[in-house]
Order: sequence, then C-alpha cells, then structure tokens
Amino acid sequence: MSTVPAVTPIRTTEEVPEVRSRSLLMIDPLLWLAALGLVACSLVTLKGATRGTVPGHPLYYVERQGLYAAVGLVLALVLTRIDYSRLREYKLFLYGLMIALNIVVFATPAIRGSHRWIPFPFLQFQASEFGKLLLIVSLGAFAADRIRRLHERRTTARIMLLALIPALIVIPQPDLGTGLVYVTIGFTMLFVAGTSWKQLTALVAMFVASIAIVLAGAPALGVHVLKPYQVQRLTGFLNPSSDPQNQTYNIHESLIAIGSGEKTGRGVKNASQTNLHFLPENQTDFVFAVVGETYGFVGAALLLSLYALLIWRSLRILMMAKNLYGTLIAGGIVAMLMFQVFVNVGMTIGIMPITGVPLPLMSYGGSSVLVTFIAIGLLQSIHTQARLSAAGKSRALVS
Amino acid sequence: MINVPEDRRPPLTPKLALRVAILGSFALAMFAIIFFRLWFLEVLSGDKYLAQASVNRVRNIDVPAARGQIQDRGGAILVDSKRAIAVQISPPDLPTPLSSTDIGKTPVKDARLYGRLAHVLRMPMSKQKCPVAGHGVVRLSPIGCLVAQGYAQVPYANVTVKKDVSNGILYYLEEHQLQFPGVEVQPIWLRTYPLHDVAAQLFGTIGPITPGELKERRFHGLPQTSIVGQSGLEWYYNHYLQGTDGSDRVQVDALGRFTGSLSEVKPVAGHNLKLSLDVGLQKAGESALQTAISSSPPSNGGAFVALNPNTGEIYAMGSNPSFDPNIFTKPVSSSVYSKLNNPSSGFPLIDRAIQSVGPTGSTFKPITAVAALQSRAWTVGDTYDDTGQFCLDGQCRRNAGGAANGVLGLVDALRVSDDIFFYNLGALLNADPSSHPKGGELQNWARQFGIGRPTGIDLGGEVAGNLPTPTWRNHVNHLESECDAATGPFKGKPKHSPGGCGIADGTNRPWSIGDNINLAVGQGDVQVTPLQLATAYSAIANGGTVVRPHIGLDVQEPDGTILQRIDPPPARHLNINPTYLDAIRTGLHDAAQTAGGTSDDVMGSFPQQVYGKTGTAQYTGQQDYSWYVCFVPSTATSKPILVVVWVEQGGFGAQAAAPAARQILSQWFYGSRGPFQVGSSKTL
Repeated sequence: MSTVPAVTPIRTTEEVPEVRSRSLLMIDPLLWLAALGLVACSLVTLKGATRGTVPGHPLYYVERQGLYAAVGLVLALVLTRIDYSRLREYKLFLYGLMIALNIVVFATPAIRGSHRWIPFPFLQFQASEFGKLLLIVSLGAFAADRIRRLHERRTTARIMLLALIPALIVIPQPDLGTGLVYVTIGFTMLFVAGTSWKQLTALVAMFVASIAIVLAGAPALGVHVLKPYQVQRLTGFLNPSSDPQNQTYNIHESLIAIGSGEKTGRGVKNASQTNLHFLPENQTDFVFAVVGETYGFVGAALLLSLYALLIWRSLRILMMAKNLYGTLIAGGIVAMLMFQVFVNVGMTIGIMPITGVPLPLMSYGGSSVLVTFIAIGLLQSIHTQARLSAAGKSRALVS
Repeated sequence: MINVPEDRRPPLTPKLALRVAILGSFALAMFAIIFFRLWFLEVLSGDKYLAQASVNRVRNIDVPAARGQIQDRGGAILVDSKRAIAVQISPPDLPTPLSSTDIGKTPVKDARLYGRLAHVLRMPMSKQKCPVAGHGVVRLSPIGCLVAQGYAQVPYANVTVKKDVSNGILYYLEEHQLQFPGVEVQPIWLRTYPLHDVAAQLFGTIGPITPGELKERRFHGLPQTSIVGQSGLEWYYNHYLQGTDGSDRVQVDALGRFTGSLSEVKPVAGHNLKLSLDVGLQKAGESALQTAISSSPPSNGGAFVALNPNTGEIYAMGSNPSFDPNIFTKPVSSSVYSKLNNPSSGFPLIDRAIQSVGPTGSTFKPITAVAALQSRAWTVGDTYDDTGQFCLDGQCRRNAGGAANGVLGLVDALRVSDDIFFYNLGALLNADPSSHPKGGELQNWARQFGIGRPTGIDLGGEVAGNLPTPTWRNHVNHLESECDAATGPFKGKPKHSPGGCGIADGTNRPWSIGDNINLAVGQGDVQVTPLQLATAYSAIANGGTVVRPHIGLDVQEPDGTILQRIDPPPARHLNINPTYLDAIRTGLHDAAQTAGGTSDDVMGSFPQQVYGKTGTAQYTGQQDYSWYVCFVPSTATSKPILVVVWVEQGGFGAQAAAPAARQILSQWFYGSRGPFQVGSSKTL
C-alpha cells in the first residue's frame, strides 16, 4: 500500500458510506419482493374467501394472517443480522428440542382428531411446522461436521436416519405431509452435500420399496401403518371420478373450482365453489383452488411466478453460501419450499395425492407463516454472510 | 479471522453446480407441468367446469334434535316435544338468489313465488312494514319480510316461513316441487304442554339463539341456528335439554333436486329433566289459590310455594293468573301478545312466586324475634305491657282493631301477633344510622335470613327484593332529588315538585326509628318474594339452615338412567341459640293450633302438628295483601313441608292465604284438599 500518511484519514472517511451502502446491497431485494408479494396475495385471497366465515367479523382471518406475517417479518429481519453459522454449535440442543416438541403434542388435547398443536394464548403452536426449521438447522450441522466422510455409506445412513426419526414421530400425530417434508429435507441435503449417485439411488429404491410395503404389502398381512383415510387420499388422485362421495370429493370440487375460474376468474362475489363451501378448508389447504376460481389462470400464474422467483433466489443463495453449512441450510429450505408448493398445488389440480401440507405464505395459519418467514430470514442471513465474506476477501486481496 | 479448513470451500465446485442445476431443472419441470395442467383446466376445459360449478350445489340439511322432556317427581310429563312439519325457504336457491343489495325489494320472480306460497299456506300477501337488521324498515310481503330478516342475520341459512303445517300442504308442496324452487319442507320439533296452564310460569320459553347469547358462556360453542331456552327451566337447564342437532349433507342440482347423499350426522336427543314438583300438589295449590282469590274480591292475583324445609326441594310453586304456554308454539299474534302484557289481565307471564315483591306483614315477626334474642336486646322470659298503643316522639301506633293484649312474653306475642310488642322490639333494635349505615341487628339478621337477596333458585329472572337500611334510604332520597330536578339519569325528563316523583317518601327524609319499627312488623319499605319468605322460614323449621330452593331433581337419559342429580348445597347456616328457636317455634305453633292463636280457627283442627304465622301487608289505596306461612317440620312428620301463600288484596292473612295453605297441607298429607275454611282473626 501507499506510504503517504495523508491518505489514511481520507480513506477512513470514505469507508463510512461504503459500509452503509454495502449493508444495503447485502439485501436480496427479489427474495423479499417474492415473500411480501405472496403475503399480499394471501391477504387479498383470504379477504374474499373468508368474509362470511365468522359472523359479524368479515376480516377475522385477514387480520390474524396480517399479524402473523408482521411478526414473521420482524423475526426474519432479526435473523438477517445474525450469522447463521453460530447455530451450528447448538445442533444437539436444536435437534433434541424438535424431537421433544413433537412428542409433547401427544399429551395435548386432540383438535379435530389430531395431536399437532401446543396451545398458547394467541397461537396454536404447531410443533411439526417449527420442527422443519429445527431439523434443517441441526441436520445441516451434523452433515457439515462429517464433510470429510461424506462419501461413506455410514454418513448417508446416519443423516437419513436423523431425518426419519422425527418423520416417524409426526406421521402418527397424524401429519403425513410434514413427515414427508422431513424425509425430503434429509434427502435433498445429502444430494446437495455431494453424496454419491450410487447411495442416492439406493435411498430412492428403499423409499419406493417402503411405500409399496406400507400401501400394499403390510395391509395384506394385516398390519395398517397408515390410517385408512390416509391411504385413500394418497391413492385417490389416481382415479378421481371413482368415488365422488368420499375422500376424492375434495379433489373433484377443487378441480371444478379451478376450472370454472377460466382465464380471468369469476370474481369474489360469483365464486360459488368458494362461497358455498364446496372447498373444505378453503382458507388453508385449498387456498390455491380459491385463487384459481376467483382470479382464474391469470391470478394462478402470477402466484406461481412469485413462487418461481422465491425458489430461484433460494437456489442462487445456496450457490453463494460462504461455507458448506450455509449451502446445506439453503438446500433444506429449498427442499421444504419446493415440496410444499408442488405437493399443495399439485393436490388442488389433481396431479398429486392429498397430504395436507400448507402452501407457504398463502395458507392461513400462524405457525406456517412464521416458519416460512424465519426460513427467509435464514436465507437472507446466508446471503449477507456470503457478501460480507466476499467483501472481506477482496479487501484482503487489495491490502 | 482464520477459517477452519473444513469450513472453507471454493465458491462453487463443478459438482455442486451440477446438482443445483439438476434441482433447478426439476423445479422448472414441475412449474411447467403445473402451468400446462392449469392451462388445460382453466383455459381449454374451463367452460365445462364452469357448467359443473353452476349446477353444483351441496346443501346441509339440519336435522333438529328433540328437546328433552320435563317431568314431575312421579314421571308425569309436563313439557314434551312433538314432531311437526315446517315450510322453509333457502335464499340461495330462489329463482333470483337473494343478495344483500336487493334485500329491501323482492325481485319479480321471487315475488311471484312468494305469492304462490302465501296462497298455499293461507298467509297474507299485502306489503307491510318490515324491520330488517342493517337495512332499516322496508315494505315487504310477510314471506318476503321473513326471508329478508333471516338473510340479514345468517346468510345462506334456511328461513322458516311457517311451522306445523298440515300433511295436505306437505304433499302439495312435494308434488309441485318444480313450481316452488327454493321452498323446502323440514321436519322440526315443537314444544307441547299437556297440562296447559299448570305451572306455566316455571318452564319458560325457547327461541332462536340471539347474537348476544352466542357470546355467552352458557351457550358457548352452539351453532348459530340453534334453538335454545330463553327463560325459566328451559333456560337454566338448556345444556341438558337441548340435545345436538344432526345434519344431512346432500348434493342437489341447480333446481334443488336431490342427486345424492354425501354424509349424515344423526341428531342426539336432549336429556330429560325430572323436577321435584308433585303435579297433584301443584294442581291442588293452584286451585286453592284460585279459590282464595275468587272468594276475596277485588283480589286478582297471588302466588304460593310448597317446599321441603330440610332440602329445598320445591314440591309446588304457582302464580295466578296463569296462561297456556301452548300458544307460543304458533306465531303469537299482536292481539294475543298485548292480552298477555296488560294490567287488566294481571300480567300472567310473571311468576309472582319469584318475580313479585311486597311487604310481608306480621310473617316478618319471627325474624325480628331472632334478632332481638340473639342480640340480647330481649330474653325469652322478658314481658311487655301492651296498653293498646305505642308512642314515640309524640307519634302513637295501635294494634289492628285497637286491641290491648296486656302483659305479654315473646311466645304469646307471636301467638296473638301483637304489634305493640314488636314495635317495641323494632325501637330497641334501631341502630344509629351514622355509625351503622347498613342498619343494626334487625337488618343483620334479616339479611342472613335472605331478605333482600336472591335465593339462587334454578330459574332465571328471580328478583332480589329490598331490605330497608339507612344507606338505602339515602339512595332513594338522592334519586328523588335527581328525578324532581330532572338531572342525572332523569335528564331530559319532566321536572317534578319536591317529592313529586314518589321514589322516596317525601323529600330527604332521613332514616328514622319509625323505619325500623315498620320493618320489625314487616310493613313499609321491605320487599320480599314468597319464595324468599319460604327459604327464611326453612331455617326456623330446620334449626338454622337457609336452604337453596331448587325445582330440578335430576337429569335422565331417555331410557331413565340418572345422569346427574341436582342437589345444591344450602345457602348458609345461621348460628341461632336452639332455646331461642324453640321459643319462636312454640309461638308459631300456638298461633296455628292453640286457642287465641291467629290462625287457630283455620289450622286448629288439622291433624298434624302445624306451625303457622299470618301476615297482612298494608298498602295505601288498596285492600291489604294476605300472607300465610306454615310448616310441619321433620320432628313431627316423615314428609316435612313448608307452605307460603300470598294473595294480592286478599285481606287479612287468616282470611284468604291461611285457608289456601290448609288445603295444600291437606292434599300433601291426605291426598284431598278438604274445605276452604276461612279464619276470622283480624290481625296484621
């Protein structure tokens, strides 16, 4: 560097605005655009679909969803300023917490036949939702610890087992959808971490074999792993017109709802499938069908574009991450988002089984909204840390 | 900072790039599939689905649950549920589906339908004023009005146009279904009252749940189309009686024709409520009361209570005049309604046993006696010389009929109901109003006996009455001055001359010893319901326990299994010296069954050991109100009973109330009422 003394004070004064502008640059604006755009879509859709659900309180769901989103946004912004790498030290605690929360719910009173919620004054805290984040953060740490032995079969087995244990705990809650999310997260992390193709193929083969056993083999022997309605939902989409009265009723009505939306939708007032409650859970699991009916192909396409934007930015952050831990966390989040979007939307348009996973940021529900926002906060933290580390390196090169 | 080796990684390895590319391609492929599928559904086959949506209607048909029966203690049915057919309209299925914009004006096609329906149901068609929540008063035909009102409250719910139609109408509407789109016939349950006006005020009414009630704890979690108890036993025991409505989820086409059943939830009938009421005693009591009223003109109303003084179980409780609750199962016309709420009819809907109050006359004296003995202001052996008048500060009071009973102890004073004796006790028990704003020992004991507070009976709408105290007097004085000057809560009302509102007695008259003397003999401002007096006397009968009266005995499954016993704990236990209670009971027994007793000529010949006290409450400008309390305690019989009778404007206690009470006792012990034996005592 220069040895002229007068240069030093000038450089320090220049550095102040530089830091400020850098911290602004570190935000990924398209990521936030996608997230806030989805929240806006959610509020507009809920306003139309739920205006008559709670008598005398047409904005009941909209107000609550808005509040959850606001709280989620604050949490995400806080996470942005924290280096996610510090979470790695707490992996055992986080993993244990996830297992504990998912077990505790069995002691709570069942709501509509399911043990999923831990009651809090303002929120029915859904343990399995928060479990997704805890799994991503802890599993990423376990995998990052074994970076040098990733090619070993034992590593693959151990990581997959760590994902399978919580999955087997949540499936009897019963929450099949979230259990499958856990498995997908584990698999995607291995995939991103670089596990060999041979081992990944073996995992897929085992997964297919176990599905075959659960759906066909075990019942033949008199062992019922899934409840009958879960089996019907999983297989019903293959032949929706066979049984319009029962389990596939939902798919049937969902297809009518989306189809009747045509190009530009029927509008809030004329959306009879939504208004007459043909769509059960029209503010949660079938919210995409409400969009399809009310706003038509145009509205659904806009919504899907926002999800595409969200997934693209997540993948980009995955590639930028400053360390393997960041890559794995981003990989887990991408897996979670993709699984939920494709399975939920696929379910409403009749190409996926009914598994009851919420559509991220669109479906009404405090736990889901908070979890998705925290995930976005983590992504932003990975992005910020990557930029900071890159800036640090470039400065090191210059000096 | 030095990165640990395993934490450092080249920016992007080719291997990771490949895998991210695979993930991205997978996402892209999925999005492509979804887009094509959506294009196929919405753009290519949209009109097919739109056609399906427009004929697609699922309807939830509520299947109402039968409300539980109400039975007397022997199982006789007092209130029953009967199946009936109701005609309803489903607003979304009308020729022009109703929406909130045209709520004030019936669309032409719908108006024609309403006309046809009104003709079939023989309902009027002319437009009339119709108040609709949120839309003010509009002019609609009666059917249009009902539909608009229902829609304004719960959109998409069926609106009942007429209950209990004949089978002829049912068949006609079913055969001509296509001419009546949106019109449905529904089975419903109606309440019936096989005994007509017997105990009519106790049962109360049922009706659609109101928005306010939906928020109440009592009705927590009920659907907004529920029919719930609105008053009386129906209200208090609604939780048990109501049952759970079922529903049929059926698929119908655009014309409302049934195309398939989707699911069915069976209704669960309500539980039966068994009462402690004895229907034989109830009928006897009501007719004894009627005899007392008709034999003492201008009397036009009254009430009676018969209960077990040890448990609080009510055996009979009646109010006269009464009504037939069956009229409420049909729409109540305004003429019938005004007939029921009109001074000349005597307000039959009011349950005078718990909702009507007045001074008790001399039946109050035992409470005064307890207060005097317990506070040691008087002893059982003390005597007082009744010279025929009691003078204080130059004001003199006399006995009724100007009698002078000479030297008396407490027992004799109760036997002959000597007013002078109790004036003296009232004066002795008066406390300094400035240091005792809630009154002295007299008020203290009256309060403990339950005067001025609800008994906690299992019925809604019970009134508390009033116990006069210095604080209360200040309160009415304050109200009087505000009313006279038209300020405070009376702002905007006409002014009055000082004391002209009549809320207080004159203007700003402070608490005086005269107030206490009046209270000691149950005259003046004390306000008591017949049931309050019965629970107060239960403590005298059973040795000091103020019972909590109840009409419910148990809740049963339809097959008779007992689900829940109703046995509330007593309200309080009073610590009264047993020798004092003995003396008071002796006085009461002497009054009823010893020569010279105030009701001896009514009760003397009754073959049970009766304790009784007459009361005659004085009113300005009306004939006296007749009271009688009597009991046969558990020390004298295996089936103890306590009876209170109150006859408005019935004259002296021994004249109207006591003979009716004797008939109730006679029915209770011997199964027949016996003669109506009028007494001659002219004491207050």
